[in-house]
Amino acid sequence: MASAYEIIDHEFDVVVVGAGGAGLRATLGMAEQGFNTACITKVFPTRSHTVAAQGGIAASLSNMGPDNWQWHMYDTVKGSDWLGDNDAMEYLARQAPAAIYELEHYGVPFSRTEEGNIYQRPFGGHMTEFGDGPPVQRTCAAADRTGHAILHTLYGQSLRNNAQFFIEYFALDLIMGDDGACEGVIAWKLDDGTMHRFRAKSTVLATGGYGRSFFSATSAHTCTGDGNGMVARAGLPLQDMEFVQFHPTGIYGAGVLITEGARGEGGYLTNSEGERFMERYAPNAKDLASRDVVSRCMTLEIREGRGVGPKKDHIFLHLDHLDPKVLHQRLPGITESAKIFAGVDLTREPIPVLPTVHYNMGGIPANYHGEVLNPTDAEPDRIVPGLMAVGEAACASVHGANRLGSNSLTDLVVFGRAAALRAGEVIDRSAPIPAINKAQDDKIMARFDRLRNANGSKPTAELRDAMQHTMQEDAAVFRTGETLQSGVARMSEIYGRLPDVKVTDRSLIWNTDLVETLELENLMANAMVTVVSAEARHESRGAHAREDFPDRDDVAWRKHSLSWIDDAGKVRLGYRPVHVDPLTPHSDGGIDLKKIAPKVRVY
Amino acid sequence: MVELLLPKNSRPAKGKTWPKPAGAKSLREYHIYRYDPDSDANPRIDTYFVDTSDCGPMILDGLLWIKNKVDPTLTLRRSCREGICGSCSMNINGLNTLACTKGMDDSTGAIKIYPLPHMPVVKDLVPDLSNFYAQHRAIEPWLQTTSETPKTEWKQSIEERSKLDGLYECILCACCSTSCPSYWWNGEKYLGPAALLQAYRWLIDSRDETTQARLDDLEDPFKLYRCHTIMNCAKVCPKGLNPAKAIAEIKKMMVERKVA
Repeated sequence: MASAYEIIDHEFDVVVVGAGGAGLRATLGMAEQGFNTACITKVFPTRSHTVAAQGGIAASLSNMGPDNWQWHMYDTVKGSDWLGDNDAMEYLARQAPAAIYELEHYGVPFSRTEEGNIYQRPFGGHMTEFGDGPPVQRTCAAADRTGHAILHTLYGQSLRNNAQFFIEYFALDLIMGDDGACEGVIAWKLDDGTMHRFRAKSTVLATGGYGRSFFSATSAHTCTGDGNGMVARAGLPLQDMEFVQFHPTGIYGAGVLITEGARGEGGYLTNSEGERFMERYAPNAKDLASRDVVSRCMTLEIREGRGVGPKKDHIFLHLDHLDPKVLHQRLPGITESAKIFAGVDLTREPIPVLPTVHYNMGGIPANYHGEVLNPTDAEPDRIVPGLMAVGEAACASVHGANRLGSNSLTDLVVFGRAAALRAGEVIDRSAPIPAINKAQDDKIMARFDRLRNANGSKPTAELRDAMQHTMQEDAAVFRTGETLQSGVARMSEIYGRLPDVKVTDRSLIWNTDLVETLELENLMANAMVTVVSAEARHESRGAHAREDFPDRDDVAWRKHSLSWIDDAGKVRLGYRPVHVDPLTPHSDGGIDLKKIAPKVRVY
Repeated sequence: MVELLLPKNSRPAKGKTWPKPAGAKSLREYHIYRYDPDSDANPRIDTYFVDTSDCGPMILDGLLWIKNKVDPTLTLRRSCREGICGSCSMNINGLNTLACTKGMDDSTGAIKIYPLPHMPVVKDLVPDLSNFYAQHRAIEPWLQTTSETPKTEWKQSIEERSKLDGLYECILCACCSTSCPSYWWNGEKYLGPAALLQAYRWLIDSRDETTQARLDDLEDPFKLYRCHTIMNCAKVCPKGLNPAKAIAEIKKMMVERKVA
């Protein structure tokens, strides 16, 4: 039956899967390196979720006052709650300014200062003087539509180079060689229903996060962790999947994002007593403490009966004290969102907000060159030949246990570019393109065919709803052994119902019923490893807050979780060490190791 | 050739009326255009009933409720659900807009949903936008400079930057172009409001140094001058932008450089 599908062949040096910020930047870089490059994407590039990033992109340009890469690195290390890899975090902080100037030269319409430079705003967790000084203005902004501005600009740039785009193609699975190397990917072209085999010397996964495994997420419907799912099905591990970021300010009910830049511009949170409660929890950074901290404080306020609204189940975000001109100039997008989704005129009323799933720190383990890792105990940094991962799909790990706001856009462009530079070094230009691998093709097409004809009793939407509610309830802002064990049991049961899924649409052209089912399998794999990894981690670190283990335990747990999942949904865990050495020794101008040694995290 | 009626095989027929959800307290009726590319049948208009007490307030919420609970074959594009990705543009009650930012309570009676007008339909509410994208590409939407690139940013004053406001926010949803009668008639040759809005965005960017070449490319009886200020584009833009004004500004630049 699998052989019934005719497959159209494509040969490229590099195939990039995903056309958000990381995918487009990698595609651009690959083409610049002279590689014959394809970019496959399930949505038109400007519809990728990067478009929804609002507040900005972090880099120590010092346009608004003193700043430097070491302060940025320190804040990132502290934000990660000492789980990030120091080499990758140094790379991020040092490369960030050049990456921003590059974007500006591409044409990004950044907001400006009186001097005509790029405007930078304060953001959560970004401070001066290695965390000891006041907040720094480090986040480069195009009003509150920075992701939109960057994504459209990168798309425009990609039109001028020679990369080939395959738009509205859904990637099914990686083609893995017998030697463990990745040889490409098979994708389904939605508008005519044909199958396409992309064989390439290097495959780059830039497929984003899996926010939609939760019920309430700021993430787009398309954030279904497809790359993570493909990697898991290839028998490779995912890393640090228990670390799921809740953004403090999703609009209550709708889940739509209100940027942290709102607080950067002077906004603040209040409880039912009208108290600015963050002053109590984070005396220095206040409302600009890092996201995990603010989300926990809000949850505590609600839990202690100080939530607002008839059910006392959310918090107010105030911007009504700000000059309407500032709102118009710097926060026009959220002014509109608040009106549409909360019915609030934010020049006069507060916005009802609630911590909402926003970002996955975990993902496909990679080094700071973007190369995917398949670690063993003996070789924790072993590379998967021919496979790279960048952006939210990857875990490099620059965000560790908690990402700082505005570091994700930096991550996209810095590591998208890094992957291309690395490919320039490691791809053998004279080597042949990998040959056709019939056994792999049959396996991939058999899965596709099985799901296309799935005739069980559970519609995709019903299973997805069960998964989303389970994750929302059992892998929340605060976790306990009890909730996580319940989560593991409930998710295992739901995973077990996957073979009983029902697909109604049997067609091949724009069959979104089948697309959502393929996405559901990806989401399920992500959700399973998330709860299992979380249940096993007996400490609190960053976004993973265990009430039964309230402290960080650096002796036992300063290590990355690895998780493998088999076809039956059974998860196996392993661990690999954190990279504690930065790229540059202190004696050569690198950061002082004493500065980034683990300590109690206070904002 | 102008066709005043749709070809016979494109005219929508009356479709299926799907059952009302059991036990629903408040219902909203949706009439939705359906087209199945795998069959020879004409498009049809199906009728659905949405339980609004079990569903979010936006038109998109209703469509996804139908897809999840009633008919999984209903096909549409959607992604961000907050009006920034431009995927779910469609014709709702006669106006092009985004389903995700349009509230069900903005209208009364049955909600009538069609794909964006005058585009080839791939399936149901999914139009083929290839020509629209090619036109966006044709205006070369990237910064073009001739001076030596600075080590840091190109300088731009707050005032110069403010000229991009109302232009750069375009989300390429195609609501404007596909609402424009002139574009319906000359869609192959007239660039249409969305592409021209972007053309002006780069013309007016103080950093761009190829203004004259960009204007040369637009100096053509069709590309630019098929805009007859009908203003549908400005009326429907779900982001509140005004492509017609941008087009008028380009026309002014054309005149100014002739008399200069």
